[in-house]
Amino acid sequence: MLKDITLGQFFPGNSPLHRMDPRFKIVLVMVYIVVLFVAKGIYAYALIAAFNALAMALSRIRVRLLLRGLRPMLFIVLFTAILNMIYVSGEHVLVSFWVITITWEGVYAAAYMVARIVLLISATLLLTYTTSPIMLTDAIERLLGPLKKIRVPVHEFAMMMTIALRFIPTLIEETDKIMSAQKARGADFESGNIFRRAKALVPLLIPLFVSAFRRADELALAMECRCYHGGEGRTRMRVLHAARIDFLALAVCAVWFGGVITLGILL
Amino acid sequence: MLKAEHLTYIYGAGTPFERRALDDISFSVQAGEIAGLIGHTGSGKSTLAQHLNALLKPLSGRVLLDGTDIWDKKDARNARFQVGLVFQYPEYQLFEETVYKDIAFGVKNKGVDEADGKRRQPTESELDISVYSAMDFVHLPRELADKSPFELSGGQKRRAAIAGVIAMMPKVLILDEPTAGLDPQGRREILGHIKAYRDATGASVVLISHSMDEVARLADSITVLSEGKTAMSGTPRAVFGRADELEALHLSVPAFTKVFRLLREMGVDIDDGCYTAEAAEAELLRVKSAVSRGAGEETC
Ligand SMILES: Nc1ncnc2c1ncn2[C@@H]1O[C@H](COP(=O)(O)OP(=O)(O)OP(=O)(O)O)[C@@H](O)[C@H]1O
Ligand SMILES: [Mg+2]
Repeated sequence: MLKDITLGQFFPGNSPLHRMDPRFKIVLVMVYIVVLFVAKGIYAYALIAAFNALAMALSRIRVRLLLRGLRPMLFIVLFTAILNMIYVSGEHVLVSFWVITITWEGVYAAAYMVARIVLLISATLLLTYTTSPIMLTDAIERLLGPLKKIRVPVHEFAMMMTIALRFIPTLIEETDKIMSAQKARGADFESGNIFRRAKALVPLLIPLFVSAFRRADELALAMECRCYHGGEGRTRMRVLHAARIDFLALAVCAVWFGGVITLGILL
Repeated sequence: MLKAEHLTYIYGAGTPFERRALDDISFSVQAGEIAGLIGHTGSGKSTLAQHLNALLKPLSGRVLLDGTDIWDKKDARNARFQVGLVFQYPEYQLFEETVYKDIAFGVKNKGVDEADGKRRQPTESELDISVYSAMDFVHLPRELADKSPFELSGGQKRRAAIAGVIAMMPKVLILDEPTAGLDPQGRREILGHIKAYRDATGASVVLISHSMDEVARLADSITVLSEGKTAMSGTPRAVFGRADELEALHLSVPAFTKVFRLLREMGVDIDDGCYTAEAAEAELLRVKSAVSRGAGEETC
């Protein structure tokens, strides 16, 4: 049950996408999102979808895993689609019954919305699937570096994020373990009404909090023992380097995204 | 009593993290028997333990408790009261305000079977009996019953957690490395309590351990796991007799067996199948008297 959480999960590998500089990946995904919202017309979307498919193929991550990441969003996607269909008004009525009128315009709007959300999520999933959380925070810290000049504690934020990300799997594993241990004593997490279920969580949450605080304490102590004192004057073991592959990706994206926008303007 | 047949289990099936933790494993424990389960880190011991009380559902194979498949009935939860599982480092599962309440948690969940087949909550006096006798089994002083479990020492927490499972009076008690991280005296005592529980109730015990000496001292039968497969199983004598194979699996033999094998290699006519202190003592005395008799004959 808990194992199904794949959002933000990293799948190690050695594909071109894995090897890219995470800074470039983040920037490109951001540009991609902007392009996605600027794009107009079916051809522009087809071009973006093709780009998406190419990136997926390059990542060498199984399609089934990518689809599984999309599953939690299914509800939102369906909800938006239905809302769009019902509320967008137009002249070309498709069906009409009771107070609901569905027009061709509504169907178009819904289709665009769905395409937009799916393309958006799949690209961000691809980013987190191919970039380890540590690389991701490193890159964010570097990209936000200039903000340090105006006294934004970028390093501290990045460190907090790194630690939080680092402990998500640990906490999930621990939750699983404590859950099993309490189930072994007959705890029942799966039946009963919502109040009973909430009460059943007590034997899970208390040990979980206790151990989370213990871990935090130990980690803080261990960091102090190694003289951690924030980011000042700290050098890095892993320095991010932009390589040929990154500039190549940048060039391909520039051309491609340019194409999408031109298509949107021309057609 | 409890029998597992051809269990196979894969963690993370369908992801790149796939890991075959159990591969066609069969295992059984008779009533009143202490079965040792040993194996290198990651060999699948804990995974097997969780199959035996229906916490994990096998991909293939089945687990029989008194002849019925534990997944047959729609309430697999029942099996968990019959087969008590004490997890590795069980002290991290304590959560109640007092030790008493924590030990009573399982008993309350289990309930009491009535004659008409219904379940009811245990009465206060029934709870008292279950909780205090469980505390007695693990030698946890009754004064501690009203303390917070978080105020206990590490060893006391471990005992409280074990008592929490014993209080349900399971017919099969599985302990996953119950002595990990304790001092030698604490280890000996915990093992003593486990044996006492078996002797008093006639329950079966499955003891998972890294320590050969522990298993040697207690177990009536031993199963060795390796990479999710059964590498050996049989009486302690038979298993420890295959010291070379054990070493190939990154496991050792009990200290006594090691010494006696060395003695044998040095030419002493000694039985190297000893693995407990008592048997070793008896064998040494036998050899000693044989040697002195031999020496006496020469002087004549
Ligand atoms: N929750 C889990 N998710 C994924 N893989 C797991 C999980 N639990 C165990 N494994 C894997 O299954 C294999 C068997 O693990 P298991 O915990 O049963 O070993 P073990 O024999 O109990 O080891 P140890 O002596 O260290 O406790 C290991 O390779 C482990 O990495
Ligand atoms: Mg284990």
